[in-house]
Amino acid sequence: MIYQLILALISGIFISGVAGYLGTLMLSKKMSVVAGPLSHLALPGVAIALLYNFSDIAIGVFPFTIIGAILIWLLQKRTNLPMENLAAIIFATGVGTALLFLPINKAEEALVGKIMEITFWETIIIVALGFFVFYFIKKLYLKMMLININEDLAVIEGINVSHYNLLYLLSIAIVVSLGVYLVGGLITAALIAIPAAASRNISSELRSYKFWAVIFGIFSAISGIFLAYFFKLPAGPMVIVSSIFIFLISLLFQKQQTS
Amino acid sequence: MNPILEVKNLNVSFGREKVIDHLSFEVRAGEILTILGPNGAGKTVLLRTLLGFLPYEGEIIWQQKLKIGYLPQGLTQLNVKDFPLTVLNFFSLKNPIPSIEEMIKYLNLVGLEKNILSKTMGNLSGGQFQRMLLAWVLISHPQVIFLDEPETGIDIGGEETIYSLLYSSWQKEKLTIFLVTHDLNIVYKHSSYVLCLSRKGYQCFGTPKEILSPKMLEEIFGSEIKIYAHHKSLK
Repeated sequence: MIYQLILALISGIFISGVAGYLGTLMLSKKMSVVAGPLSHLALPGVAIALLYNFSDIAIGVFPFTIIGAILIWLLQKRTNLPMENLAAIIFATGVGTALLFLPINKAEEALVGKIMEITFWETIIIVALGFFVFYFIKKLYLKMMLININEDLAVIEGINVSHYNLLYLLSIAIVVSLGVYLVGGLITAALIAIPAAASRNISSELRSYKFWAVIFGIFSAISGIFLAYFFKLPAGPMVIVSSIFIFLISLLFQKQQTS
Repeated sequence: MNPILEVKNLNVSFGREKVIDHLSFEVRAGEILTILGPNGAGKTVLLRTLLGFLPYEGEIIWQQKLKIGYLPQGLTQLNVKDFPLTVLNFFSLKNPIPSIEEMIKYLNLVGLEKNILSKTMGNLSGGQFQRMLLAWVLISHPQVIFLDEPETGIDIGGEETIYSLLYSSWQKEKLTIFLVTHDLNIVYKHSSYVLCLSRKGYQCFGTPKEILSPKMLEEIFGSEIKIYAHHKSLK
């Protein structure tokens, strides 16, 4: 059981750390709503994995979120609709199809994650993907930040906005898929949004903003998993509750002027 | 001297609505071209088309590969409130990242102290933000600068205006400037040429003296210009 707890902690730390990091890029009005729909898109993936008894739900989840990311990107290019609008359509697609096929009695994994049953090989994959995505986001970071501030400025600086938007959406898709292991398909967005929001409250510059978002993410995973372990509660929701608690504390140390 | 930009028979439409209709003009290196006209006449559309952001028909011929700077319309400190970025962070978004000495040099040029580097952008005043943005644009040594109504709602403080700052860098470095503005005073003082657009599709191109007659202005702006013209005659 201790072995299982250690695997859960390692996976949890990597997932929530990288989600917190990504979240710092997604805290703009435009983006904070996009992760949610993408994670809901994991639901039909989970449904298919359960229906066909795949050993690992990720086999179902990754294709769905990645295709979803590419779809959002293509639709945005073709229609010029705002990303949040398209995300809402994708959201409906995900939940709608999932409700058609998801065997509700077996759906707990899809809803709250399975971090306490994580296997050795899944942990290895999570750690490897975690490192990879972290590095990937680091590469995109400054360019995406400028695109977030003003797309025109980014173009003038020689940034291919469409190209970066796709890479950005793909990294969101991977992080969201990893998030499904930890907290399930319903509340993954919280894993991305809350640590960044808490860090935003206490930071006045970029480096500390990124640093604290990662720390808050990791800390909520550790505390959530421990609390769930000792009180015999589901770990995924407990991780989210921990991060909400961190957010509330961060409000007490707010640095930004609110206006 | 050869023109740095030639525009021939330019047409820009959104769906069925024609925003720019058969427009032709030239700009030479070192000139300041002011684009004048009421709201909705297509000034911003023209700038964005010249920058390559919008599809068009006709010809836009840039003489060579030029380093371009752009101050978009309506970019204020409120746009960056989402992120805790300092001015230093914002300058670090440039590629390549300028040295701290360069940053300080250009911030000084626009009348800001170096301690502003550690300030959070969302907390700058409107004037500070405008100055900082101008420094951000100038630090890349652009040959051409596009400005879209940089004065909008901004009192940048002191004797200077964003224009006098720009004008002094224009004198120092060999800049070509495209400027969208409502401020006729600026047009008189600094423009080499004026391009006017109106909502009815009326266009004109010429020196400020040629363009800014009361009759011309009424063509461009309709009756709203009378206030301006009156105001001017008082001075």
